[in-house]
Amino acid sequence: MSAMPERAFAAPHAGDILLSVRGLKMHFPVYEGALFRKVIGHVKAVDGVDFDIRRGETLGLVGESGCGKTTTGRCILQLERPSAGEILFNGKNLAELDRDAMRAMRSRIQVIFQDPYSSLNPRMTVGDIIGEPMKVHGTEPDRAKRDRRVRELLHTVGLNPRFADRYPHEMSGGQRQRVGIARALSLQPEFIVCDEAISALDVSIQAQIINLLEDLRDQFNLTYLFIAHDLSVVRHLCHRVAVMYLGKVVELAECDELFDNPMHPYTRALLNAVPIPDPEVEANRPHQVIQGEVPSPINPPSGCVFHPRCTLAVDGCKMSIPGLRELRPGHWVACTEV
Amino acid sequence: MATLLEVENLQTQFLTSAGIVKAVDGISYDVEEGETVAIVGESGCGKSVGALSIMRLIPWPPGRIIGGAVHFQGKDLVKLSDAEMRHVRGRQIGMVFQEPMTSLNPVLTIGLQLTETMRHHLGVTQEDADKRAVDLLGMVGISDPARRLKQYPHHLSGGMRQRVMIALALSCEPKLIIADEPTTALDVTIQAQILELMKGLTRRLGVALIVITHNLGVVARYADRVNVMYAGKIIERGRAHDIYHRPSHPYTLALLKSVPRMDQPRKAKLDPVQGQPPDLTRLDAGCAFRPRCAYRAERCEREFPSLDTVAPGHVAACFETARVTRLEKVAS
Repeated sequence: MSAMPERAFAAPHAGDILLSVRGLKMHFPVYEGALFRKVIGHVKAVDGVDFDIRRGETLGLVGESGCGKTTTGRCILQLERPSAGEILFNGKNLAELDRDAMRAMRSRIQVIFQDPYSSLNPRMTVGDIIGEPMKVHGTEPDRAKRDRRVRELLHTVGLNPRFADRYPHEMSGGQRQRVGIARALSLQPEFIVCDEAISALDVSIQAQIINLLEDLRDQFNLTYLFIAHDLSVVRHLCHRVAVMYLGKVVELAECDELFDNPMHPYTRALLNAVPIPDPEVEANRPHQVIQGEVPSPINPPSGCVFHPRCTLAVDGCKMSIPGLRELRPGHWVACTEV
Repeated sequence: MATLLEVENLQTQFLTSAGIVKAVDGISYDVEEGETVAIVGESGCGKSVGALSIMRLIPWPPGRIIGGAVHFQGKDLVKLSDAEMRHVRGRQIGMVFQEPMTSLNPVLTIGLQLTETMRHHLGVTQEDADKRAVDLLGMVGISDPARRLKQYPHHLSGGMRQRVMIALALSCEPKLIIADEPTTALDVTIQAQILELMKGLTRRLGVALIVITHNLGVVARYADRVNVMYAGKIIERGRAHDIYHRPSHPYTLALLKSVPRMDQPRKAKLDPVQGQPPDLTRLDAGCAFRPRCAYRAERCEREFPSLDTVAPGHVAACFETARVTRLEKVAS
């Protein structure tokens, strides 16, 4: 194997690393023609992403639609086969595992999806939904024991154990999301990808689920990759945050550092766009709205992908792709002009 | 400022297999000329149905406006005939919907959709309408407007489509625009663009705006006055500053406390509103919020509190407002 890419953001006191993403690329082919299909380009959904997640840490992955945050999560879950790069879990390259080893690994990496309506099978009872992973992985083959464990899990996520006999359509969105969380916990994973896990919920229910995710993190020593577009929630829940734009990580820092001292022009524009629920703060805040829209990931701009919308852009930005530089301890920024 | 729109005890119900849903249960509010009023609440609180009722866009069956009045420019919109109502929609009141993907007709060009409205309401020639359509698209920040007129909605991004919707709503120079979750489907930077655009244009043209949203940040940034809805009723109303800094209804207070703040470091765990939103088919005579309320008293079981004044221009529907405000003062 060629030389490993540099361990970009392993801060000095990083503790032990649970998951490493190295040079991850996911390019989806774009076809044209019905009979003679040919590839006319690629959607560069993820285009060279590196980060580490420490054990017990919650890393926030934020950005707007199409920035590649969900695809990154899907690559980690091995739901997509990456075009390039590797994903190391506990030091093992997931792509090199054989079938059985991968199957065992899947029980340690779980996911909570965004939509509590479409991610639960409407024909299965809540008990069967939560019990199914234990049946498939054979961790609890005995029906009675499994049912007991399902009731325990329901209790853990704050639902009445009687819900085991109900169907998803009898439940509210918040209750369904709790079922999704119970299912993710059923195999006692170490790592959970939360893909917009609270975005579909009402404001008053969001806070309940955020608190639940926090409690479970402490109780079971979980590590989360928290993919979200709601920056207020990310600030509340995450230890570190990575900001993505058009398939690349443009900034990565400790949570408060990122929100109090954003350096990349895109991060600044993004934070500025989020309205704060306080009329007084809003009245005294400058509102500089970022112009234009996110370019197509099929044909991204040359050099720094953000340069067409950037207020700091100079000629050099069109030519060279900026790498992440550590401008303050643990604060990495992919911009040459800050 | 003169009152432009006055909603009076509006009631809209839906007949469903589970029973009668009182989606809007006697709401009253007003909008002054050029003012931005927010209607805020969670899914199912009746905020969208309330807006659609003003426009008489509730499909029967299953929905029906069963009482109340909407006074607008000397008319009661609830009593107008369908033909008369068509002269109000789009002409005197514009509407911006949530879904920029589905609220434009996919088989008609942008230009046709814009000019059709103007030709119908203003009786202008196609040529004049085309000219005005180009101006409108330019005004809402769409580049190369003459070329865009010939394009179809699928050629445009979500943000661009919402700009077209705004151009459409403004095309006949209405006095009032109702925007139902105008930016919920959009990314945050595009949301900021669209909201700044709407704010700028409504201020410049003196158009009043009703913004319906669940986003407390959007309300804080853009609204002059705020109506908070819960289970089909308005439970608090006031100037934005009063609602955010002196909330007097326990629901408003709980809602504000439950959202994390992006501009402040994390202080403690969130303080969520407990329990689930109510089932609208099973409401009784008491206060709908009482099962989730930290301040509930015995009286809340039996009667629904009316909207009473807590300060000038600030009303709340709660028997315990004095206790809510007093305890909050102590806490802060």
